[in-house]
Amino acid sequence: MPLLHVENITRSFGSTRALAGAYFSIERGEIVALMGANGAGKSTLVNILSGVLAADGGTISLNDRLFSPRTPSEAGKAGVVTVHQSTDLVGAAGLTVADALLLHRFAERGTPFFVSRASVRRQARAMLDAAGFSLPLEGDFGDLTAADRQLVAIARALANKADLLILDEPTASLSADESRRLFDILLSLRAQGLAILYISHRTADLEAIADRALVMRGGRVVGSFNRPIDFSSAIETMIGRRLEAARPDARPATGPAVFEMRDIRLLPASAPFDLTLHEGEVVAITGVLGAGKSRLLSAIFGVKGLASGEMRLDGRSYRPKSAADAIAASVAMAAEDRHRSSLMPVAWPGNSLAATISLPHLSKWYPHGLLLGGRERCEAEQAISRLGIKAAGPLASVWTLSGGNQQKTVIARWEAEPSRLLLLDEPFQGVDVGARHDIIQAIRARTDRATLIATSDPEEAYEVADRILTIDRHTLLPVVTNVASSSAIQGLSA
Amino acid sequence: MTTIDDEALPKAGAGPKSRNPANRLLALGSVLRAGAVFILLGLMVIGFTYAEPAFINIGNLMSILQAVSVVAILGAGVTVTLAVGGFDLSIGAVAASSVMAASYAMIVLHLDAFATVPLVLAFGAAIGLVNAFLIVRLRVPDLLATLAMMFLLSGLQLIPTAGRSISAGLVLPDGSKATGAYDPAFLLIGRYSLFNTLPVSVVLMAVAAIVLFVLTERTRIGRLLFATGGNEVATRLAGASTTRLKTLAYVISGTLAALGGIVIAARVGRGDVSSGGSLLMDSVAAALIGFAVLNLRRPNVLGTIAGAVFVGVLLNGLTMLNAPYYTQDFVKGAVLVGALALTYGLGRNTDR
Repeated sequence: MPLLHVENITRSFGSTRALAGAYFSIERGEIVALMGANGAGKSTLVNILSGVLAADGGTISLNDRLFSPRTPSEAGKAGVVTVHQSTDLVGAAGLTVADALLLHRFAERGTPFFVSRASVRRQARAMLDAAGFSLPLEGDFGDLTAADRQLVAIARALANKADLLILDEPTASLSADESRRLFDILLSLRAQGLAILYISHRTADLEAIADRALVMRGGRVVGSFNRPIDFSSAIETMIGRRLEAARPDARPATGPAVFEMRDIRLLPASAPFDLTLHEGEVVAITGVLGAGKSRLLSAIFGVKGLASGEMRLDGRSYRPKSAADAIAASVAMAAEDRHRSSLMPVAWPGNSLAATISLPHLSKWYPHGLLLGGRERCEAEQAISRLGIKAAGPLASVWTLSGGNQQKTVIARWEAEPSRLLLLDEPFQGVDVGARHDIIQAIRARTDRATLIATSDPEEAYEVADRILTIDRHTLLPVVTNVASSSAIQGLSA
Repeated sequence: MTTIDDEALPKAGAGPKSRNPANRLLALGSVLRAGAVFILLGLMVIGFTYAEPAFINIGNLMSILQAVSVVAILGAGVTVTLAVGGFDLSIGAVAASSVMAASYAMIVLHLDAFATVPLVLAFGAAIGLVNAFLIVRLRVPDLLATLAMMFLLSGLQLIPTAGRSISAGLVLPDGSKATGAYDPAFLLIGRYSLFNTLPVSVVLMAVAAIVLFVLTERTRIGRLLFATGGNEVATRLAGASTTRLKTLAYVISGTLAALGGIVIAARVGRGDVSSGGSLLMDSVAAALIGFAVLNLRRPNVLGTIAGAVFVGVLLNGLTMLNAPYYTQDFVKGAVLVGALALTYGLGRNTDR
């Protein structure tokens, strides 16, 4: 009997079906990789298994018993523990490592009101010994590396006598050595009979440890690949078509160079690299979380500084000190996480579609200061028809729009005025397939500028770009994938 | 968060359709909430007039407006700092020290009204700059920075006169006597009424209200001020200088507080060390009551003025009905609690 058996599980958000009847099972002592593009339903599935979301339908059984956790702590008690991507939520600076290890115990009712430091240390030591980790118990949690925080989270998970450990992008912020250490630990846990569901975009990781890969697409598990895992066919299953298929509208990079970077170091310790973007070209940069994609884009946009190197825009030296400098030089950026980086809160002035588009252009569109005349309304109407934004009108609040339409609005903001270089950081986050298609068409329709897109999802990169570059540890890798001609697999699976 | 489906998409510009009774009730409810403060204000005026016909005299109404003018002016400043996501706790102290500064300028330094007014306004603006420096450059949290500034100013205003109130014939710390006096022209600000009905302070309130309303709601600077308070990161990424916008907000707030101080000084005609005690609380309350006006749930200048007038009418009416003075703070607090409950509690269900 499998440890976990998931049958016909469904979950919808409004009209979007995030999970459309997923079936799979996991055995004890097995490391299962879960693969899937953004929006394939991975995170919804994980959230259901970890008790964050409830399923709309279907059944999950764990150890032959029905499993439908209502909260993460219920899931934990039943034996399913999830270690999320952002491990800074595990503890807080100012707590010792021992405190962080026992944090969940402090919140339990059975714990005595007074706890002595000695007993905390004793219990924490026991937890670490059981897991086989070594961490400085008296150290400050805030001083731990990302890898060690991950270990704290895992040790806590194991102390709960977990049967199934879910790891969401655990190596995203780890160095190669740290990842290897984590893998050794995971393999020894597997030997003890623990089942591990491992979610990652890094094919190399999956190759190193996974016994089996489950591939999700469109809210279903569409494939299961046993060891030795054939990753190219797994990726083809994931994106639903052959990788070699050439893009019909591919353009060779023959336009004049718009933007050049020479001997760039993003961090003082990272290796230097060059980058040239041509007019009319769409270039995607992929890489795992923390590889430096956002940092590269922020540096080009003047929000973060470069450690060293020179940038040139249209042949002239370009050194922006702020976003305002970059915008003045015709560089535009739609930053990652549109809620945080682009939108005004609900019921706050400027949360309408028109005002969202006009925010960076107010001084250009309203040189006299008074918001008279319908310029922003008019621009918004154009954007609505050009990008196919589904909204009640230009004055509708962006909060009445779906994620895809919000993202279209943000893109419309930066397309409202001509730019030489458009930077898009994770433009397809929380965007459904239809809207993604519209956005890609809109991006590719413009040939008067260079476009640089950062995305952690290889499929997205492949769909949108003429060229795919890979960034790792804050430097661009020399392998350049030309989508038009060659097989994209090396670039995709880095 | 609601998501619009393609099919359920209302046509552009369509208002709330009242297709069934429940919808109509909801629409009525939102209209009532949006106008609640004005409806209550109207009811109060009718009620007080019925109980005490003298209430509706133009003279009494003007005295109400005159009484609330300072709170309304300061409240407008609070509103601007709330718009940038900040908070200015020092306005009461700025107003109080402006009273002292104006008195000192005229009585000790022998300045006339035309020198005193710009000097005091500049003083308020300078305090705003210092606040902004603490908050924007040194990154002190706004509440703490302005709280510290409040303490500093309440102490600072005592030093030039060694803790004495300033009036003609003041004995200075060095033993000599101040020989200056209040400029009669200055006193007109607080005591003169245009056409014998419209007090200058009410005119000042109206001008401040209109200028700030236009600035915050109808200009791109206003849009950017609110944008700073709504999402500072997004505003910066859109190329605006949030440091400059925040500085502007605190300078406006300081200057308005100084203007309030000038009105008080001109009304009282002396520099009282204890003046401006409840100004901070009253103006913050006005700004917060303003959230409920038009059901906007955000700082807005029009709402702040309406809030100040609302409290003024209520207090004036109750005083006429012989309510004891010590109930005043309770009444203000009750209005504030009611307004906030109305805005946040009842208004929430309808827009999702």
